[in-house]
Amino acid sequence: MNGVHDMGGMHGMGPIEYEQDEPVFHAEWEARVYALNRAMGAWGKWNLDAWRQDIERLPPADYLRMSYYQKWFAALEKRVVTYGFVTPAELESGTAAFGARKATPALTPEAARRIDRGIPSNVEPSITPLFQAGQRVRARNLNPEGHTRLPRYARGKLGQIDRDRGVYSFPDTNAQYLGEKRQHVYSVRFSARELWGEQASPRDSVYLDMWDDYLEHA
Amino acid sequence: MADHTHTHDHQIVPNDPTLRVKALESLLVEKGLVDPAALDAIIDTFEHKVGPRNGARVVARAWMDPAYKARLLADAAAAIAEVGYTSQHGEHIVALENAPKVHNLVVCTLCSCYPWPILGLPPVWYKSSAYRSRAVIDPRGVLREFGLVLPEDVEVRVWDSTAELRYIVLPERPAGSENLTEDELAALVTRDAMVGVAKI
Repeated sequence: MNGVHDMGGMHGMGPIEYEQDEPVFHAEWEARVYALNRAMGAWGKWNLDAWRQDIERLPPADYLRMSYYQKWFAALEKRVVTYGFVTPAELESGTAAFGARKATPALTPEAARRIDRGIPSNVEPSITPLFQAGQRVRARNLNPEGHTRLPRYARGKLGQIDRDRGVYSFPDTNAQYLGEKRQHVYSVRFSARELWGEQASPRDSVYLDMWDDYLEHA
Repeated sequence: MADHTHTHDHQIVPNDPTLRVKALESLLVEKGLVDPAALDAIIDTFEHKVGPRNGARVVARAWMDPAYKARLLADAAAAIAEVGYTSQHGEHIVALENAPKVHNLVVCTLCSCYPWPILGLPPVWYKSSAYRSRAVIDPRGVLREFGLVLPEDVEVRVWDSTAELRYIVLPERPAGSENLTEDELAALVTRDAMVGVAKI
């Protein structure tokens, strides 16, 4: 999706505002939003790619204006209704409908203390890599309307496979529940000049992690 | 109250989210969908158990022990587990070694991917549009903003976290630290250095 979230290389976003001794959360509600997302995610109804897509589909002006946890909360409110956990009327009123079934929470306090997010193992010898370290590649010029992890700034650019990072689900299909389409991911090196032209330092480079389906031989 | 007839385009907060968040939490608890004790456990973990001190211990160990450093660079997840920071399914953590002529910088231009198990949750600046937009096109300018001026002959490698790999920078060991203990070394290691916006 060619959205405002894909902001690598954009200008005009202002100076970087640094906060000394920054707290983990700036308000109690931020902490609750973070935890609610984890706890509801434990139901396994959505995957990480679909989750990211929900954030990316916020209206662009809202995306830029909202803080990080405001975005998380906006997406969570939408998601609990979309996936049928609560009805719009319940969300509006803040109370469960009369006679609504009471569930048993998916996430226990014990499980909540573990910090992994359960990303599946990347060891799958049966899936053959399409590229090898050292090969020259071009990032394909893809413009899907849905979720993708191929940033605009790299599309059509020439790079070189730095190394194979193993096998992962393909975000573009996984976000739409059209299959995990597991394939190899590579660190791909792009020279800064290939990406940004003569203004960039001839020594510098940007490494992106790219799936087989984002690449073609060059 | 101050006069609020003017508007700030940045960071406008239309409504205090506190009440809405409380309302959603109480609804989800009422429906048995979340356990408030699990929420408390998550928050406690990220406020008190997980954070840059974990990463600092890994860096200090790598500085002290060349064999450990080699394992860290070859398979960071396994090497980090040795120090006791496990994540069951393994976030695929990769360590990037700085050198006198190589400086690594980590960003996530598409969202805010960050190595949670060893650095905790990211600071606001890491998630900001300013950092995400500029780190890839003007890394040296970004570093200058953090007070780090790199000579022209240093190669800058920016790592855009577009997949499920999570990067941590292994900074250079500071001169004059030869006689420090591992604990003393760990105390020198900053979050910013492990993201690559500072040296030590």
